[in-house]
Amino acid sequence: MNILYAVILLGALALIFGLVLAIAAKVFEVEVDPRLPEIQAALAGANCGGCGYPGCAGCAEAILAGKAPVSACAPAGAEGAAKIAQIMGMEAPTGEKMVAHVLCNGGTNAVKNFEYRGVTDCLAATKVCGGDASACRYGCLGFGSCVAACKFDAIHIGENGVAVVDKEKCTDCGACREACPRKLIVEVPYSKKVVVNCSNKDKGPAVTKVCANSCIACGMCERTCKFDAIHVVNNVAVIDYSKCRNCTMCAKACPKNAIEPIPTAEEKEKFKAAQKAAAERKAAAAKAAAEKAAAEKAAAEAAKAE
Amino acid sequence: MSITSLLAISLGAILTNNFIFAQFLGICPFLGVSKKIDTAVGMGAAVTFVMGLASAVCFGVNKILVAVNLEYMQTVAFILVIAALVQFVEMFLKKNVPTLYTALGVYLPLITTNCAVLGVALLNVQNNYNFIQSVVYGITGGLGFLLAIFLFAAVREQLEFADNPKAFDGFPIALVTAGLIALAFMGFSGLKVW
Repeated sequence: MNILYAVILLGALALIFGLVLAIAAKVFEVEVDPRLPEIQAALAGANCGGCGYPGCAGCAEAILAGKAPVSACAPAGAEGAAKIAQIMGMEAPTGEKMVAHVLCNGGTNAVKNFEYRGVTDCLAATKVCGGDASACRYGCLGFGSCVAACKFDAIHIGENGVAVVDKEKCTDCGACREACPRKLIVEVPYSKKVVVNCSNKDKGPAVTKVCANSCIACGMCERTCKFDAIHVVNNVAVIDYSKCRNCTMCAKACPKNAIEPIPTAEEKEKFKAAQKAAAERKAAAAKAAAEKAAAEKAAAEAAKAE
Repeated sequence: MSITSLLAISLGAILTNNFIFAQFLGICPFLGVSKKIDTAVGMGAAVTFVMGLASAVCFGVNKILVAVNLEYMQTVAFILVIAALVQFVEMFLKKNVPTLYTALGVYLPLITTNCAVLGVALLNVQNNYNFIQSVVYGITGGLGFLLAIFLFAAVREQLEFADNPKAFDGFPIALVTAGLIALAFMGFSGLKVW
């Protein structure tokens, strides 16, 4: 009999609570757009925060609300953007894959003012004596704030103490760009291999003093480029990727090896020889033309005299 | 019953017999959600709310159980009450405070198995508290939990930057800290007001 009472009582209690919860579920119902979970599934799901929203759920909501573009999630890539565009009923955007790149190859090549031994964090280092540990005020500090920020293991401190991006792993989420206190990390198209690895905006002589691998704004690259794709702006060479054709001539022309891909000594010699030969050819052609003109002039004058 | 008895219950629940530091109940969320002050306070508030409500509802349920001589079903019935309440709180938070809902994550449904909540319901019966005393004990017990988790979270935020020996990083040093705070709370056991 006792068992029966217990079962009935607890059953009744459970029923009451169940009813209350059922009513509460109706009252507190949160309407969810069926597209929301679909969009979230199409995102990278790394919660990297590169889109500027709190996690992937926040990004999915922003996309749904029209506040973020369908391509907001860089790690999901073009494929993810196309999927989301389909869910949202929009055209898929076409864009080149971009990757992060660190615009510095100074590191150990740069002169050091003093040895910094504080917290190993770039922001902390820039706060000490204005970040003057390295004489170059524009260069990579190499304490790896970007490495810590990267969720994809795509950026590491290289041999010469400068952060280097692994193009294959990079998803262009932008976390490292945010983390760098000197804003040295930029987006470059994945397909382009030419990059000016320097950000120093000081004039040539000043730059030469602080770093062996710096852009001195000599303009050799600008003169070498046949496509008008590289220009010296604010004392540092900048590549216009809409015009760049990957010929790498500027890299070979650079006297300071500040442009990637850094040419070997052999390549450099070859380039110099080619330049010299071209110049000689040009000079010879000019000379020939001048001689020809002079001869014609002389002939004309001779004819006149007759 | 007088105001002084309520005050004594409150002081006991918050300081001398703090659920975390003196009775060692509800340690799971105490360790789990105490990494950041914001979420810790959110958790503390949610637990306080559930404990207060659970004390009130369990008081009524206990009366029914006593009436039909089913006192031995207390634990089962109380768990049922608490589970329903936690579900209710979860729905409420999801609708009204979604940020706290996502921040608490899995620890929110785990309030169900927070022994501090079941503890307060059972202690109410053990101490023969009347309705008002039960509710006061529940709420102040929750406030004690809130105080404990807040203090602990504040210390843990600092511990993030501490230069600990490698083996102590993370949970080990957190447990040591919890022990030290508990020791400090033992100081309150000498507190005699009435």
